[in-house]
Amino acid sequence: MPNVKSLEDLKRIREEALKKQQLKETSGKTEVIVGMGTVGIAAGARETLKAILDMIEKDNLSDIIVRQTGNIGLDSFEPIVQVVRPSETKVTYGKVNPEMASRIMKEHVIGGEIVSEYQIEG
Amino acid sequence: MRELALHILDIAENSISANADRIRISVEEDLEDDILKIRIEDNGKGMDAATLAKITDPFVTSRKSRKVGLGIPFFKAAAEACEGSFSIQSALGEGTTVEATFKHSHIDRMPLGDISSTLITLLIGTPEVHWIFDYTFNQNRFTFDDEPIKNILEGVPLSEPAVMTFIRETIEEGIQNVRLESSIKQI
Repeated sequence: MPNVKSLEDLKRIREEALKKQQLKETSGKTEVIVGMGTVGIAAGARETLKAILDMIEKDNLSDIIVRQTGNIGLDSFEPIVQVVRPSETKVTYGKVNPEMASRIMKEHVIGGEIVSEYQIEG
Repeated sequence: MRELALHILDIAENSISANADRIRISVEEDLEDDILKIRIEDNGKGMDAATLAKITDPFVTSRKSRKVGLGIPFFKAAAEACEGSFSIQSALGEGTTVEATFKHSHIDRMPLGDISSTLITLLIGTPEVHWIFDYTFNQNRFTFDDEPIKNILEGVPLSEPAVMTFIRETIEEGIQNVRLESSIKQI
């Protein structure tokens, strides 16, 4: 079977990523966490996470770590997204659909401003 | 759940909760035998016989074991509603294997759905796990193993934009190629 993607491509991607990393070594990484328990998945958490990943890809955003985790324990607020910016406290958002996720990415993850209307007690 | 791919995501989450560090997901579609088979195999902490006996029953699950709550009974019910079957095998300290088969042409069978989104969610969201994915369509197989990728990347996260594009395209093209090859053979 023809394999269009080769690991050689990946090596080149790595070199470029490392160059970028060296340029901004001091800025820490922002962590974005999406709850992916049964309730979260049923409520659309995969699509929420996909919107976050699409934005990272499209806008070429480095230094963002995306994690998924099991049940966060706030079932009625799923899908849940948590944002932790370097040396700031964790912010929890509830009932996050893909559009809301894009806004959280723009305003909070990139812009540094909490989207307070989506925020819940985490 | 509206897609089998969402069930796969849910069952794989159980494997992560069970501290697995190697998880293999296999999807097999065979139109001739009219079967769709899904298998999720992990090396997590496993379950003893008593827990295993209870796991497919939605009514005995205690709040404490919530992490493996309703997902498994849902998945089992989905398979059995399509003249399929469901099995779960587990041993303490060895891991767990969940397998569901569906009659491919059954009117109530959910679509496989967005399997590449499910895989990308798992790969990028849980990079500490070694993920292997097998997709077989009418006996043509595509295997995606993330270990060679991680070995090359060393120090660069999977959430790096160009890396994500690479992974997404590799999986999407792999699945597409396997389906295409099978249809070419038929002609």
